[in-house]
Amino acid sequence: MQTKMQLRSPRAASCARTLRSRTQPKVMCRAFNSMESPYAEELKKTAAYIAQKGKGILASDESNATTGKRLQSVGVDNTEDNRRDWRELLYTAPGLGQYISGAIMFEETLYQKARDGRQFVDILLAQGIYPGIKVDTGLQMLPGDKGETTTQGLDNLADRCKAYRKQGAKFAKWRAVVKIGEAGCPSTTAILENAHGLARYAQICQENGLVPIVEPEVTLGPGDYSIEETAFWSERVYSHVMRLLNEYGVVLEGILLKPNMCLPGLDAPVASPQDVARVTVRTMMRSIPPAVPGIHFLSGGMSEEEATLNLQALNDEAPNAPWALTFSYGRALQATTLKTWAGKESNWTAAQDILVKLAKANSEAAAGKFKGPHPVPGGGRILQALRTGGAGK
Amino acid sequence: YSATMAADLASVAAKLAAPGKGLLASDESTGTIGKRLEKAGLPNTEDIRRSYRELYYTTPGMGQYISGVIMFKETLYQCTASGRRFVDALADEGILAGIKVDEGLAPLPGGGDGETYTRGLEGLEAACREYVAAGAKFSKWRATLKVSDVLPSDAAVERNADDLARYARICQECGLVPVVEPEILIDGPHSLARFGAVTERVLEATVAALRRHGVLLEGCLLKPQMVIPGSEAEGGRAAPEEVAKHTVAALRRVVPPAIPGIMFLSGGQTEEEATANLNAINREAQAVGRCPWSLSFSFGRALQASVLKLWSSDQTRVSEAQQLALALARANSEAALGLYGTSGASHPSTLSVDSLRENFRGWGGRDAQVTAAGVKGGEEGAAEGGGVAQ
Repeated sequence: MQTKMQLRSPRAASCARTLRSRTQPKVMCRAFNSMESPYAEELKKTAAYIAQKGKGILASDESNATTGKRLQSVGVDNTEDNRRDWRELLYTAPGLGQYISGAIMFEETLYQKARDGRQFVDILLAQGIYPGIKVDTGLQMLPGDKGETTTQGLDNLADRCKAYRKQGAKFAKWRAVVKIGEAGCPSTTAILENAHGLARYAQICQENGLVPIVEPEVTLGPGDYSIEETAFWSERVYSHVMRLLNEYGVVLEGILLKPNMCLPGLDAPVASPQDVARVTVRTMMRSIPPAVPGIHFLSGGMSEEEATLNLQALNDEAPNAPWALTFSYGRALQATTLKTWAGKESNWTAAQDILVKLAKANSEAAAGKFKGPHPVPGGGRILQALRTGGAGK
Repeated sequence: YSATMAADLASVAAKLAAPGKGLLASDESTGTIGKRLEKAGLPNTEDIRRSYRELYYTTPGMGQYISGVIMFKETLYQCTASGRRFVDALADEGILAGIKVDEGLAPLPGGGDGETYTRGLEGLEAACREYVAAGAKFSKWRATLKVSDVLPSDAAVERNADDLARYARICQECGLVPVVEPEILIDGPHSLARFGAVTERVLEATVAALRRHGVLLEGCLLKPQMVIPGSEAEGGRAAPEEVAKHTVAALRRVVPPAIPGIMFLSGGQTEEEATANLNAINREAQAVGRCPWSLSFSFGRALQASVLKLWSSDQTRVSEAQQLALALARANSEAALGLYGTSGASHPSTLSVDSLRENFRGWGGRDAQVTAAGVKGGEEGAAEGGGVAQ
């Protein structure tokens, strides 16, 4: 509990320890944001940079196992070199930095170099793209047979953050997943457990100089639940997460949020961008205080075109939103890029070209200026199953 | 709520929080206003109370600066001298009628020294339905919290937040927009920073409680204290820019954008301080950006004290008194837009700097008398020693 005591002002800490007589009530007096991280000002600047209007995040932090699945889908073996080549393709795409302000990496990638020997972190920084690092070590099932999960990765997190920062990372990411659509989901345990993990992770990151991306994903899953049901649970989950972040002394001006857009279940009719925007904006307005500089939506299964159109609709709905309404897209920036490359050197430039076009489209949508046509129209949902089992290798 | 109900609540809340407009808090109970009138040399009769309020409610042009007036129960049913219901006279100016629905402070069981909860939940629904029938469109409930080394206790924070949320829910169900007032008392030596931290804690708990009770955030308003140093803090008053910085930072961390308006109370501040601080808050908000709610006022004495002084000296000087009331409202309307002081005119207040400082605005302690109007010392600043200077 050492860290917790440090979070309170010395006065408050002493009053909590001094138990008065029986007739005086035991009082808890907490002060928010009393955590004096030496990095506070830097964190705020970093967060503001990443959340600048018209830019978004490239989520390329798939674990080795997940990356392997993707590579194998285009006939490429899951080797370290292939994984390295794939990320090199992404990070050296010319002009990517006009549209992308941050790239999230998996641990292996953070330490990798391009074929010409340059560190990936340096390549990214030269493009004006801040390097980020996924620090959670994967999902674990919660008891209850409902398929609910918690996220692991708090052990040794402080040391890992220090090392990652030394290597050049400026921000981190932790993905919590909350399942809805089934009877009993989400349970109170799932909400509390995932919110706690996020808050504790965020606290540790800030203490060690990394901006935490807080990702409470209310996951798009099977079922015909309505968009209003997604909104209901999203509102509850996000507001609980926000409250816990404040209680844990996390400086909200120095975080970024990565939530889901509000979508109906997979077995329900697809919602129009306008409906998605209206419900999602309302949900954010109700639960995210203005201090958070950027809301970077995950693409979570939306097709590339859907992800861009929905983002544009969000910005149409709330052009004066107090936070940036932008993106942190993985699949929605990579799916077609990967298919175009398919592991062949001869496709390298074409693949980079499509990546930059996709990044541009989403950058425009994040500025409310996307007019079309979409570089990859008409794609279907890009789904992947939840992987559990701990640290990806 | 049904879609229509939700839309109505949101629309009234938006109207109350319209840019450049604020609330006149003239909901002093009979006992409280009586003290003020008596200090000004006037008898505390129903007719004096009525004609005093009539001053404000019939000031021509008031509707440019005031979007709503909070009334005490007696006043809601009163009329102008010519027989026009106050509610209607206000509506003529486009001003909405509001009603104070709480029944004052009481000591909190299990709380710390001086901590309170607010009474009034019993019978609230029935009362609200009557008020709606009489023309009220919004309501107000005041909780108070004390700051010290060890206060506010969790018990006080959570209890008051919960009661505020229950009140808000009941009001919305009856069609009233609730003004949610968790006043953090300024009495004490605490610093600006400590006050800011307590503000965040209290407001966050309040918002969480509103959410828990299913209150429509788009259909309610918040009435908090500005973040200022304690009345006995070292270094005395803080500059408006400091107040603004701490207030805006605190609000941005805990108040979701869905709430359309933050209507500050002026408790413990002079007329001029309240205006200057409100102005600085809006300037800061504009500079920092991304402050989506209205930052406006719900002032009682800061809009009335000079007026009472003038009118009590000669009740025939109605027009002059009304001009002064309008000027005070205008000054604060400008402040709500961050434009106060740009015209070069000085503040219309006619009272000296120290005269409005209230000594104690919370519960009077175990020895306080419980009167029919609520515990002595509670409500909108009923402290002895406060009041209008002679």
